[in-house]
Amino acid sequence: MKFRVERDVLAEAVTWVARGLPNRPPVPVLAGVLIEADGEGTLTLSAFDYEVSARITVPADVAEGGTVLVLGRLLADISRNLPAKPIDVSTEGNKVQVTCGSSRFSLLAMPAAEYPTLPTSPAPSGTISGDVFTQAVAQVSIAADRGDTLPILTGVRVEIEGEKMTLLATDRYRLAMRELTWNPTESDASHVALIPARTLSETAKALGASGKVDLSLGGSAGGDGLVGFESGSRRTTSRLLDGEYPKVSSIFPTSVDSEAVVSTAELVEAVKRVALVAERNTPVRLKFTDGQLTIEAGTGDDAQASEAVESTLTGPELEIAFNPHFLLDGLGAVGTAYSRFSFTQPSRPAVLSGQAEADGEADASYRYVLMPVRFAS
Amino acid sequence: MSRRQFALPGRDRPEPPDDTGCTVLHVDMDAFFASASLLAHPDLVGTPVIIGGSGGRGVVLSATYEARRFGVASAMPMGRARRLCPTATVLAPDHRLYSRISDAVMATLATFTPAVEPLSVDEAFLDVAGSIRRLGSPAAIAQAIRDAIVDEQGITCSIGVAPTKFVAKLASNLAKPDGLVVVPVEEVVPFVQQLPVAALWGVGDKTEEVLTRLGLRTVADIAHTPLDTLKRGLGEAAGDHLHALAWGRDPRRVEAVAREKSIGADMTFEYDVDDAAWIHRRLLQLSDKVAARMRAAEMMGRTVSIKVRFADFTTITRSRTLRDPTDTSRVVYDAAKDLFDALGLQRARIRLVGVRMEKLVPTEQAPIQGLLDEPDHGWRDADLAVDRASARFGAGSVRPASLLDR
Repeated sequence: MKFRVERDVLAEAVTWVARGLPNRPPVPVLAGVLIEADGEGTLTLSAFDYEVSARITVPADVAEGGTVLVLGRLLADISRNLPAKPIDVSTEGNKVQVTCGSSRFSLLAMPAAEYPTLPTSPAPSGTISGDVFTQAVAQVSIAADRGDTLPILTGVRVEIEGEKMTLLATDRYRLAMRELTWNPTESDASHVALIPARTLSETAKALGASGKVDLSLGGSAGGDGLVGFESGSRRTTSRLLDGEYPKVSSIFPTSVDSEAVVSTAELVEAVKRVALVAERNTPVRLKFTDGQLTIEAGTGDDAQASEAVESTLTGPELEIAFNPHFLLDGLGAVGTAYSRFSFTQPSRPAVLSGQAEADGEADASYRYVLMPVRFAS
Repeated sequence: MSRRQFALPGRDRPEPPDDTGCTVLHVDMDAFFASASLLAHPDLVGTPVIIGGSGGRGVVLSATYEARRFGVASAMPMGRARRLCPTATVLAPDHRLYSRISDAVMATLATFTPAVEPLSVDEAFLDVAGSIRRLGSPAAIAQAIRDAIVDEQGITCSIGVAPTKFVAKLASNLAKPDGLVVVPVEEVVPFVQQLPVAALWGVGDKTEEVLTRLGLRTVADIAHTPLDTLKRGLGEAAGDHLHALAWGRDPRRVEAVAREKSIGADMTFEYDVDDAAWIHRRLLQLSDKVAARMRAAEMMGRTVSIKVRFADFTTITRSRTLRDPTDTSRVVYDAAKDLFDALGLQRARIRLVGVRMEKLVPTEQAPIQGLLDEPDHGWRDADLAVDRASARFGAGSVRPASLLDR
């Protein structure tokens, strides 16, 4: 095998493919990146850890086709640090020679024959615009559980009914839900999948920059246990989480007693400042009155802080306490100039949504349901 | 109770000791459990009596001085105690009686000074510096306390009067039974330095071994060893600490409200047990008890720890810190059971298990992050209902079905 490739092209491709490689692979070959060069001038790089697979195709001057497996992290480090000149890669016996300018590296070729077969490249179930996909995943994955008590909650639930796609995640303290439209290949498409949140958000960040993302689910992903994403020359698959996702429809409050609208940026700043005195696990208290929202934290024994921001209130006045991190997560996700809070009681979940104008309508496509903090009696 | 006994140093001066500056009192009830039990058995006064569990694994909780003369001591296995003193009467403990008398004694102490630091049910430190003008010298206050407790409760106590906690505690031990010992300021150093090293606060078997190896047998030896040598042998902190004590310096103050740092309960089994399901039920029983005590104390805790002692007396503890503070039996049990299961024991023979809650905060200051899917009434409400039923119909009137006697 022998090919020449631009430094930036190789560095970007290897870095992307190798990003998910395990630190301590269960099988040594899984620490490798598989490089396949074919005579038509394309180079395909693949990595797989039995959970997630990544594959990218880039152009190269291929003098001689072939396949080789090398340590992925090492190749990524090397290619990032080489001078901005064309890189020549060739195999000699069980060594891989990497030459760039006057730099020479000789890497050990790993046994490519032992490398597992990647899940097949699936046919897409539909297409979604890249920026919408990235934003929606970021908005929802913040609410996924990071712990390991309930593995099912570390996923983002993706539900597809025709053109409507709903992303949802919850760690039982808060729940984030985003509804959007996409372009299914078949208008009666119907899928439910639970994708590991960490994989999904990394994938969305990596693929969203391009114009559109192809999504494959169900049979078209080569089996029910897989989801596939493809954008431009990049393809990735992930194993789905298995299990019954809790029923969440009853979590959304059916009525609203008080509603308040406040500038998102002003509230974020205020909460960040006031939360400085909130010790671990202690909440910030929000007091909504007509025209003003007061944020307080701290107790009489320790430091205290308070700040007020302008706000409009419809309905009875209300005082409610939230974990400041959970509140900031939600405010950071609405993505609009104004945020709307809907309340029933201080002990019941509040719903946060975004809106563009202070006196406009709420954008119901994104909702963040947050359970308050209370004090035992 | 002090773990070790020491010979009484002689006080051959005839004049009453000068108690100026001796504002720390250590009040220790004499053979508390035994004396209290004898209130209901006046016929046994003056005879050897042992209080403790009479089962195969019972230990001596307390014994009258008549029984102690035979070598019976607290924490001794009951079988051994009976062999030492076959004529003794063995009485089962009555904890309700003890806690009632203990509360009354602490209330009496509080009338002498607000600075009362209870150490356990039967002993407390008092700082009487603020009461001297009102009630007289520390020794006079100590005598008044002894008189009041005998009058009100019918049981005796011993009091040590000294400038520091450490010396006061040693002094009360020397005063026993039914006595009062004052260690004047100028006698503190000779008093302390005549003691064996094991008498120092913080010296257990391990440290004693180290000190003996260094050739240090009495407190005077420690006092006259260069500080650096001590620190090399014992470590920075322990060296400093022992050197200070050896010169009668004890920086600890009497802390009026000793806030409870943890609440726990242990259970020693009749026979060694290797049945995990049975141990789970005992953990449930202990979790129930601990959580009920937390609710009674209006405290919540975040750290659950378990203690397991095996047949060969090796003891391990494991702990886990929860996300939110709790006082719910069910939550405590779930964590305790997880901790126990994580040990991965294969039919290990277990002698004792314990459950303890740490990192306590007052309930009204404990923030609870609610769950979106929580029911309107959760386990905590059930616990509170059980507490009310227990208060009305007696402890254990409502309990988990798996703990019903079959």
